Amino acid sequence: MTVDFPQARTCPYHPSPAYDELREGPALQRVRLYDGTLAWAVTSHADARKLLADPRISADRRREGFPILTERFKAVREEQPGFIGMDDPEHNYYRRMLISEFTVRRFKELRPHIEQIVQDALDDLLAAGPPADLVKHFSLPIPSMVICQMLGVPYADHDFFQTHSRTLLQAESPEQAKASMTALKEYLGKLIEDPPPGLIARLKDEQVATGALTTDELVRNSVLLLIAGHETTASMTSLGVITLLEHPEQLADLRSRPEAITTAVEELLRYLSIVDIGPFRVATEDIEVGGAVIKAGEGVIIASSLANRDPEAFPDPDKFDISRPARHHVAFGYGVHQCLGQNLARMELELALTALFDRIPTLRLAVPVEELVLRPATTIQGVNELPVTW
Amino acid sequence: MHVEGNKDICVGAGMCVLTAPEVFDQDDDGIVTVLQPEPGADEQDAVRQAATLCPSGAVKVS
Repeated sequence: MTVDFPQARTCPYHPSPAYDELREGPALQRVRLYDGTLAWAVTSHADARKLLADPRISADRRREGFPILTERFKAVREEQPGFIGMDDPEHNYYRRMLISEFTVRRFKELRPHIEQIVQDALDDLLAAGPPADLVKHFSLPIPSMVICQMLGVPYADHDFFQTHSRTLLQAESPEQAKASMTALKEYLGKLIEDPPPGLIARLKDEQVATGALTTDELVRNSVLLLIAGHETTASMTSLGVITLLEHPEQLADLRSRPEAITTAVEELLRYLSIVDIGPFRVATEDIEVGGAVIKAGEGVIIASSLANRDPEAFPDPDKFDISRPARHHVAFGYGVHQCLGQNLARMELELALTALFDRIPTLRLAVPVEELVLRPATTIQGVNELPVTW
Repeated sequence: MHVEGNKDICVGAGMCVLTAPEVFDQDDDGIVTVLQPEPGADEQDAVRQAATLCPSGAVKVS
């Protein structure tokens, strides 16, 4: 039977039970999208890596056959994409302009600053409750402040860009998504006229000034970095807290061995796989993989949440185990598009989770986990609100 | 063991520096640079892992 795709989670930290059939079946299977079209879903970890590194597979959503999972995707489909929606050599041209700002060394320099941001957020959380919304006072402000600082976007405007980012990622209608995309582009377009110090100002001085980058391209890629920089880490922080609270023996283990935060974060990335049903691709040539042939022009969905629960790569995959070696997960993708900000996300998560349970050791959910409202299947997984108490 | 980092295909994901920081670094452009082309025995497991994790195939071990 062809599975309808995607399907919503019923638990914040498990892939939808409606995918059980996919998980038990062959590595590549056809799934039915909302408009009746079919696409390949890849559930094997080895094949996911193979395909994401294959130059015959395209990340360009403007191509015929690229999987469209919801009406909202159509709204931004015609838009000129940021560099993540391009193929090499075009993609590499833009990515290379950014890499020097996203190195392990650069993030080490930022570390004390991020530690301060985390402590300030904790002061705010403690002053707001108990009870309080962890998303509003902790998960969302931390990565938002960090990416604002990096890019040179005033944090004072956070309500504006957080609201439009959320709409862009969760809107029901293409019109809503389009309006939010326009609002973000107008906002950053204005900022770029006289940018505060940061990555945007440097790109303007070094790349736009020399003609290597157009103002339009700078705006598009700034929108991308601003959204990717806060929405994802915020979701991981909230779901990470839920997962640790729901696995008290693992949390106790982590608190007794603070150095285990490194493997714990990799395991959370694997286990939670917030991109869930992506990345998406389209084949540009016939590709034989995992016992199937993907024809040129057919859509490919790398179901990272299922690839990250492949027992061949992660024994007993549904078990949450902070000591498990899990860094080979595909939560950040794989291949040339692998997440540029992944080492920033790792550091933010390590610092935020450690400090949270240090300063509020009695933290607990203020409502039963079953009552949390989860995001729909078609977007980055997470919760929009997380009531906690202590 | 001999380690090479291919600067032409590196995408600056930083997995090698994260996994084997004694052996790899990123240059001023964020691209792979090999600090120890002949790593000692105690580094070799981490180097093999870094090669497996490199998303662009830029880290080669022979």
